[in-house]
Amino acid sequence: MKIAVLSGKGGTGKTFISTNLACIADKATYVDCDVEEPNGHLFLKPEITKRIPISVLVPHVDESRCTACRKCVDFCKYNVLALAGDKLMIFYEICHSCGGCTLFCPQKALTEKEREVGVIEEGVSENVAVLTGLLNTGEVSGVPIIKHLMEKMPKHETVVIDCPPGSACVVMESIREADFCILVAEPTSFGVHNLTMIYELVTLFNIPFGVVINKVLPGENPAQKFCAEHKINILTQIPFDEELGRLNSKGHIVVDESKKYRKLFQELLKTVEGEVAK
Amino acid sequence: MKQLLILSGKGGTGKTTVSSAFIELSKCQAFADCDVDAPNLHFVVTQMPESEKTDYYGFQKAVIDESKCIKCGLCEKTCRFDAIKDNMVGLYECEGCSVCAEICPVQAITMTDHASGSMMLYQNKDTVFSTAQLNMGSGAPGKLVAEVKKRLTNAATTAKMAIIDGSPGIGCPVIASISGVDMVLIVAEPTISGIHDMKRIIDTAKHFGVSCAVCINKFDVNEDNTKEIERYCNNLKIPVIGRIPFDKTVIGAVNKCQSIACYPDSPAGKAITLIWDNLYYNYLKGGGGNAGTN
Amino acid sequence: MKVVVPVESKSLETPVCPSFGRTPLFVLFDTENKKHEFLNNEAAASQGGAGIKAAQTLVDSGAAALITYRCGENAAQVLNAANIKMYKAQDGTAGENISKFIDGKLSLLTETHPGFHNHGGAKG
Repeated sequence: MKIAVLSGKGGTGKTFISTNLACIADKATYVDCDVEEPNGHLFLKPEITKRIPISVLVPHVDESRCTACRKCVDFCKYNVLALAGDKLMIFYEICHSCGGCTLFCPQKALTEKEREVGVIEEGVSENVAVLTGLLNTGEVSGVPIIKHLMEKMPKHETVVIDCPPGSACVVMESIREADFCILVAEPTSFGVHNLTMIYELVTLFNIPFGVVINKVLPGENPAQKFCAEHKINILTQIPFDEELGRLNSKGHIVVDESKKYRKLFQELLKTVEGEVAK
Repeated sequence: MKQLLILSGKGGTGKTTVSSAFIELSKCQAFADCDVDAPNLHFVVTQMPESEKTDYYGFQKAVIDESKCIKCGLCEKTCRFDAIKDNMVGLYECEGCSVCAEICPVQAITMTDHASGSMMLYQNKDTVFSTAQLNMGSGAPGKLVAEVKKRLTNAATTAKMAIIDGSPGIGCPVIASISGVDMVLIVAEPTISGIHDMKRIIDTAKHFGVSCAVCINKFDVNEDNTKEIERYCNNLKIPVIGRIPFDKTVIGAVNKCQSIACYPDSPAGKAITLIWDNLYYNYLKGGGGNAGTN
Repeated sequence: MKVVVPVESKSLETPVCPSFGRTPLFVLFDTENKKHEFLNNEAAASQGGAGIKAAQTLVDSGAAALITYRCGENAAQVLNAANIKMYKAQDGTAGENISKFIDGKLSLLTETHPGFHNHGGAKG
């Protein structure tokens, strides 16, 4: 069972929910797809067993074969190649690895080579196997790393996928393999606006989903209203809790420290399992 | 026009809370929301007239003409983004590289413009607000961010200063938003995740050689972590220009579509006012930010 | 020789565009016959690598010098490889900057900023 945890807005509690859910299961794999700012490992503190560099393919020129015909320069949609002083220049940091320039060079002067953009760390934290993706600073897209994470995920076990915030292409990649999506929302007007975006996304992908409303305070709850209006299943509501905020700020896994939250997450997991079984 | 950009690294630390307050306090006439994936600034700024909405065209997308297609499968085999299945192009996967169009033996594939978002410009006689929304699943937000800023600078011809609400993360949209700004203010939160992510955004900002300052939001959630942030910044000679206490008034304000600056006597309101004064008089007003760079 | 200046509209009386990579137009001025023409900057519509493409446009135009407020590292590498000298623009119109250039009153642009999409630096 693969559960993806996502939220339109940042800071709503994706990592809080995904790490605790992974810990409460008998055995699970936690996958951190927020490769720009992965946080799960700060809470799970896994013992790292493997570091796998992740590379993308970029073009490399054999100057002895290059006739400066410009076919590659004119073809590239990302402006990776330039010709100046009869020398081909390649700015591989902005290359999208489409392979076009290499494929279409009439002189076969271009070949592809690997360039590292990030890393995947494999590790273990008690009953949780941890896969963390990390994008190198200055790199533009985490998509290649997320694709590798999706390949490495175990196929027949409980997997909790901690997604990046938003609803852009990196989020899409992270939820592709999911059997169920937990949408985490804050009960504020910002929270609801951003919930709308991910609601559209999971609906488009036709993945069963439910909402967890986090940091609920007495009074108005626009997120609850939204769910009622759209007949969306609310899996659980977590009240705002200063003590929880403090534990979180120190990097603690709350299910290890609090009976109350242990029970909450056990019930959440059971609810999700029930939804997936339907 | 001086440009101040608000970033955070981690989501949810309070960028929009802080930027909307600064906009209110400074009566600034030019502002923008560069969080094109999940823009929120428009909820909390003073009411402005209807926006002028324009489609944003990102990558072109490949389109297969079924009447010409001979179903040879060469495009599907060659596509690096798994965007073609059963002779149909997936709009969300296609990155507009045009390899398929070039390789098709019967020229059945063309590249066409595709609206992947919308840009909004709110304008009245004194004030300009530029924002955008990227459609879900879209990629390459960098150019859209560049467009949002360009539309702001083109329209705000008399403004002396622009305040820009940035996006979380360290990738493409953040990098694009840093271009041309005079100063970056990083809103940090005193949590393990917040500190970890703050370090990465500081790295990113310094990499691009732009002046940085930090303020710590919800500082009283963990005062030990707050001190750690201050130590870290002092070591790098990045000024920590203020601390904002956790304050439920902020949530109430947001839900009423107001900035916290409308509650100047609240703990957060008072703290943000002090931070703005510090930032403006010591870093922005004069020759421009001189803080925390190599 | 041909000198190029980024501008926002088709006139020598407009200010120098603050952006190089995403300027809508370039004015190409021939210092010998005093004629000028405007070039579209297709790089303005690019997703990324705008500076590189803009620099390529200049290389292809036969320009020997560029007057600009700023230039990215990647674009600068392309311009250097083609021996196109970069001069720092001063406040004033494109026409005024060109006159100052002809009179030798402009200084070389020595600072470039890192690319906004990458660590900078082309590799062959």
